[in-house]
Amino acid sequence: MTTLTVNGKEVTVDLDPDTPLLWVLRDELRLTGTKFGCGVAQCGACTVMLDGMPRRSCITPISTAEGSEVTTIEGMQGPEVTAVQAAWAGIDVPQCGWCQSGQVMSATALLQMVPSPTDEDIDNAMAGNVCRCATYVRIREAIHTAAKTLEG
Amino acid sequence: MTTQTNGFKATRRGFLAGGAGLTLALMLPLARGRAMAETAAPFAPNAFIRIGTDDTVTVLIKHIEMGQGPYTGLSTLVAEELDADWGQMRAEAAPGNDKLYANLAFGAQGTGGSTAMANSYMQMRKAGATARAMLVAAAAAEWGVPAGEITVSKGVIAHAASGKSSGFGALSQAAATMEMPADPPVKDPSGFTLIGTDRPRLDTVAKSNGTAQFTMDVYRDGMLTVLVAHPPKFGATVASLDDKAALAIAGVEMVRQISSGVAVYATSTFAAMKGRDALGITWDDSKAETRSSAELYDMLSTEAKTGGRVVEESGDLAALSAAATLHEAEFRFPYLAHAPMEPLDAVIEVKAGKAEMWFGSQFPTFDKPTAAAALGIKPEDVSINVLLAGGSFGRRAQGSAHLAAEVAEIAKAAGRDGCFKLVWTREDDLRGGYYRPITVHRLKAGLDADGALVGWENTIANQSIMAGTPMAAMMKDGMDSTSYEGAYALPYKMGAHRIGWAQAQSPVPVLWWRSVGHTHTAYAVEVFLDELLEKAGKDPVQGRLDLLTPEATRERGVIEAVAKLAGWKGRTADGKGYGIAMAKSFGTYVAEIVEVEDQNGFPKVTRVWCAVDCGVAVNPNIIRAQMEGGIGYALGTALFNEITLEPGGTVAQGNFDSYRMLRIHEMPAVQVEVITSTADPTGVGEPGVPPLAPALANAWRALTGKATYQLPFAAAVA
Amino acid sequence: MKPSLRALAVLLMVAAPATAQETLQPPAAFDSITDQTARSAALFEEMGKVLQSPRCLNCHPVTGGPTQGDDMHKHMPPVVRGEADFGAPGMNCSTCHGSENVSFATGPGSIPGHEPWALAPLSMGWQGLSLSDICVQLKDPARNGNRDLEALYKHNATDGLVGWGWEPGEGRTPAPGSQADFAALTRAWIDTGSACPQ
Repeated sequence: MTTLTVNGKEVTVDLDPDTPLLWVLRDELRLTGTKFGCGVAQCGACTVMLDGMPRRSCITPISTAEGSEVTTIEGMQGPEVTAVQAAWAGIDVPQCGWCQSGQVMSATALLQMVPSPTDEDIDNAMAGNVCRCATYVRIREAIHTAAKTLEG
Repeated sequence: MTTQTNGFKATRRGFLAGGAGLTLALMLPLARGRAMAETAAPFAPNAFIRIGTDDTVTVLIKHIEMGQGPYTGLSTLVAEELDADWGQMRAEAAPGNDKLYANLAFGAQGTGGSTAMANSYMQMRKAGATARAMLVAAAAAEWGVPAGEITVSKGVIAHAASGKSSGFGALSQAAATMEMPADPPVKDPSGFTLIGTDRPRLDTVAKSNGTAQFTMDVYRDGMLTVLVAHPPKFGATVASLDDKAALAIAGVEMVRQISSGVAVYATSTFAAMKGRDALGITWDDSKAETRSSAELYDMLSTEAKTGGRVVEESGDLAALSAAATLHEAEFRFPYLAHAPMEPLDAVIEVKAGKAEMWFGSQFPTFDKPTAAAALGIKPEDVSINVLLAGGSFGRRAQGSAHLAAEVAEIAKAAGRDGCFKLVWTREDDLRGGYYRPITVHRLKAGLDADGALVGWENTIANQSIMAGTPMAAMMKDGMDSTSYEGAYALPYKMGAHRIGWAQAQSPVPVLWWRSVGHTHTAYAVEVFLDELLEKAGKDPVQGRLDLLTPEATRERGVIEAVAKLAGWKGRTADGKGYGIAMAKSFGTYVAEIVEVEDQNGFPKVTRVWCAVDCGVAVNPNIIRAQMEGGIGYALGTALFNEITLEPGGTVAQGNFDSYRMLRIHEMPAVQVEVITSTADPTGVGEPGVPPLAPALANAWRALTGKATYQLPFAAAVA
Repeated sequence: MKPSLRALAVLLMVAAPATAQETLQPPAAFDSITDQTARSAALFEEMGKVLQSPRCLNCHPVTGGPTQGDDMHKHMPPVVRGEADFGAPGMNCSTCHGSENVSFATGPGSIPGHEPWALAPLSMGWQGLSLSDICVQLKDPARNGNRDLEALYKHNATDGLVGWGWEPGEGRTPAPGSQADFAALTRAWIDTGSACPQ
């Protein structure tokens, strides 16, 4: 039995302790915004917030998340994610969309820690999120836009 | 596995030449009664449009949305002729239905060849114009005013003299009772208000907040998740199976042998993964491909030396013997995986002899009968819900319909009704074949003393994509143009020339990969040509312009535009290399200039300029996005990607650690110019790809003096 | 499925450097060296098989981010050191590395993990240094995290992240010997005057 908090709600699951958090979120909790892209922490599509920090859920055994607070794309709130999503819509960042939950999570985490990121900050924070459609030009632009929005 | 061709009649090229006239002839408006029966919306004038009492206009999109933008693009066409407000537009996937939702380029339902906009341009506009005429007729009847005095603008129907006005919703029920006009007029392009301006995409919000529903997101009661163990070598089959350990794993319900391997059915994805890992399978390799990539290259190189069958021939190549400068080169292109971010997946539910499927079906026309055959039921008893696809790049466009076949076999092998979700892992994806074919080009050309081309010879050796699939119906005399498209009918003054194709055989399944034959032909042609120009002491831009035939006005247009955009100053400047390449693919003309730096002996692309002429630019925003994305997709591939067969035939790469994707810090700045044109629109999903790699190779050679005859750069430069 | 993946894993192992296959000699093996300083230096050279194994060097870079794998290739995805030797804001070590090694669910290999998981500080960078330089640096409290020799012994003998080097998870060659062997060598090296090789 593992008990954790997901998007503010306490959840107890009785599963193989090796089950990756990703598949607990998707198969058990039906939170499907978190995506499977590689299973080996190379693409970032499965990024969630674990105790407030970005975390690849595909390589996070549920046993190691006992007592943790997990926030998925569905549960994200606050000025940063709002600004990021508005900036994403403003210049139509997504193409196929599969990686974009993860991109939004990483971009939000970056802005929570670095309110006015440089291009280098963006590279460092976002290099773990692969976009096969290569929407990178717009991801970069949208993060800068979101940062400006947050400056007010 | 059985598949039907289902009247796959036109060749891709054949249709593109046909243009809009055909679309009009094939438009299939539904009878009102039937449309009303199929939808709750009060007004559904045809198979494509539903107008609700709440003023929303929903467009049913017959092309799969996999990022390239048809939800937005096709809705724009409808909204334009309907004079709707963009805010009231919605897009929904049309279901699998050959008759209603055929790609007019194919005569069958499917998306590919960058045809979505081209084949829908007049059809969707006519659909919108029809709806508008009926709404206007309804308003005229209700207000007792002449229809000719009624205007429609931004979703408001108005009659100025009487001061009456209405939204679409209030008139939708009345509109449904109006006579359908036989041939409603469409706007003159000068009157466009939406077409030609940037439109926000209709799917952005759902794709930014996690609510967009893809195949893997489908969960149904009692559904089992299924993983399949595929053979490690292409063409191998199961020799023996020990499933005891797999069945002992909690959550694993069944193990079944199917034609593509061994299927493990489980109550969760992780249990299916563990179960598959626990299978004991020995494989029969007797019919498998056991040659390595190195051996395949040798075989293709030998084939290319034969000259192959003639694709195009003109003049006497004896002219080459008198050439002042002779140049020869062999180019090598590896197998490539598409690697869409959402790996292949499909859901099927079988109940009482009928099957319903949910997946990113790119060719419903093939998927439906193939699934039906595997299940032993009639095609009309299979329904397909076409879902958003997390990328495709050609991977879901399967003439063989192998994914539909696999999931249907899974359902059949279960031996009972039920719902099954097939999931491929990234390893399945990268090791699963259906690659861009491994290819060799052998080129030889000569210049006279003035630097003009006197002769050009190119032989391409690779596997055919269409042979052995229902697509073979599109081949003529055994020739598969997708193997060499872009290598013939070039816009340059070639002198005497001969283009040949040698068809190679291998059990490795191959497939179209974003821009298909152009992935390698544009590289071989534009790199080799660049080398010839260099030998002749000509500038790459001016040299190309000089070589273009007088008819090649659109090619000339994009070359001149990109040179201007980039401020072209020559092959090198300030320690950076610059290269250009141009390719016409799928009716669209694209020229790109690449700026490259030498970063510890490896190319670092810093900027790319792109000029694209795709006829009428329906939505410049999406066109630019497709060019940006095509450039990034092509760049990552050119730098890093190859699928290699090891000695014995196993695939070396397994995941993104060994088949490495371009990442954000490697993405260059991109500037795109969309050429203004009144020509009918052509596609943009693929054409951004072909010029990038040759422009990069030309820039790298300009900077370092090193020619790159084998891709990727990581293999050639290292 | 499994046999082919195993075969590939074996192939990868074959590519590992020869040092990775080594064991550690016990301190007694150096008893024949009569000169104590020479013996001490020889003991350190034996310790060097661990210090210079990819398991240790990968996270002791002299600049920038870590390397990975037995061939010590650039870490992918690319990561930077960051202000706290813990990566960049938005993608730090713990974005991927958890409290334990985690085997991949869909193929061979694993992602390494330990609590804590971080780069060695820049002052403790070893990549490209000679063993002699590493030795001098290791003894220098200004560069070794203010550790005296006893603290250094304790670190080598009991630190969990050091110990990870011998339990690196599927797909990685463990450091030579064991942590106990390494501790014994460290003890003997200190006891013989902690001399550095020339």
